Amino acid sequence: MEQTSKPDTVEVWRWLSEVPDPEIPVISVTDLGIVRQVTWEDDTLVVTVTPTYSGCPATGVINLDIENALRSHGIDRIRIERQLSPAWTSDWINADAREKLRAYGIAPPIDGTAADGRLLGRVARLSGRSNMTVACPRCGSTNTEKISQFGSTPCKASYRCKDCLEPFDYFKCI
Amino acid sequence: MATAVDQSAFFDWLQRIGDNALVLGHRVSEWCGHSPVLEEDIALANQALDLIGQCQLWLGLAGEVEGKGRSADDLAYLRDAADFRNVLLVERPNGDFGQTLMRQFLFDAFHINLLRALKTSTDKRVVDIAAKAEKEVAYHLERSADLVIRLGDGTAESHRRMEKALKALWAYTGEMFHDDAVDVAMAEAGIAPLPSSLRTAWEATVKAVLSEATLPCPETVWQHGITGAGGGKKGVHSEHLGFILAEMQFLQRAYPGAVW
Repeated sequence: MEQTSKPDTVEVWRWLSEVPDPEIPVISVTDLGIVRQVTWEDDTLVVTVTPTYSGCPATGVINLDIENALRSHGIDRIRIERQLSPAWTSDWINADAREKLRAYGIAPPIDGTAADGRLLGRVARLSGRSNMTVACPRCGSTNTEKISQFGSTPCKASYRCKDCLEPFDYFKCI
Repeated sequence: MATAVDQSAFFDWLQRIGDNALVLGHRVSEWCGHSPVLEEDIALANQALDLIGQCQLWLGLAGEVEGKGRSADDLAYLRDAADFRNVLLVERPNGDFGQTLMRQFLFDAFHINLLRALKTSTDKRVVDIAAKAEKEVAYHLERSADLVIRLGDGTAESHRRMEKALKALWAYTGEMFHDDAVDVAMAEAGIAPLPSSLRTAWEATVKAVLSEATLPCPETVWQHGITGAGGGKKGVHSEHLGFILAEMQFLQRAYPGAVW
């Protein structure tokens, strides 16, 4: 089908805001902050996407979902570019999305608590005596404990609530 | 003032950093479905993913620098053992869970400092990959250090195993910090730090964690891969790498060009 007009990029951003993340479908790819730029280069729409984690297996699916969504809105010529810098940070997850995460059962990231690998001052924390409180997304209790820094997807850690006894995911800071 | 970059040395160096991530990523992935508990299985698989993702970035850049049209996949699946440039430490067998974690910790403590130093590389592409990888590796180091402490300062059995792992792996740590002609060329071009310059920070981290883990830091011992003709950075590997490649490369060797 021949394309007759180029939709405004504001409109394109709106369409992208309806593309769910394949692993956490309650938030969109724009909520996550991984769509960095949308521009027209002549007749080609260029969407710049940054990966959350280098090896996130969802990256390929995300690119495909973006492409399919744009095609369904009549855009034929699409190029998806990968951009590494600046590296993605969980700080880019917007406020609405954090609420959606909580409602879905995933504790949203607590900004400024990313691991920095500077161990010497962190030995107490490393030994399991965490100084960070993650509230249970189900019952709101802060009586929780970390099970593992790694969870069901690269972007999450595993926690457990000691009051309602439910395990839950925490969207960790990076 | 940075001197002109020797592209063949740069290619070699990129394979070193990429192959470290690839081979360790593969080793760690061997645990998938076999870990002592589910949470550790998930953690190991996620770290393997991070490392293989980083390897794709490094080997992708290596192919670009080489300029012969080879992709990251071509380099990962179609080179033979003598063309791999990873250090011997990362190809050491997994052993038990303690040995896997000790190997991870000894490498993570080196890896984080290397990536941190690469953030001031004169090559923007190196800076971008390092900045991304550093954030992931910070979590790897937290986890491996945490578990080395918990297992070292754990039961008599876990302590014994961690001490055994440390002794077995210690002779493979020196290669990470040994400077050769490729390293000197990279340092002179401002692309990468001299490996020897990373040793002090590594020792500080390792000593602090081992002390917390109640594990005695080994004495100076003879190191593999530095003297003589051997050494992973030169492409002279232990017998273990061939078995890794046999598994990792089988599909592309048997069915060239196969895709999902």
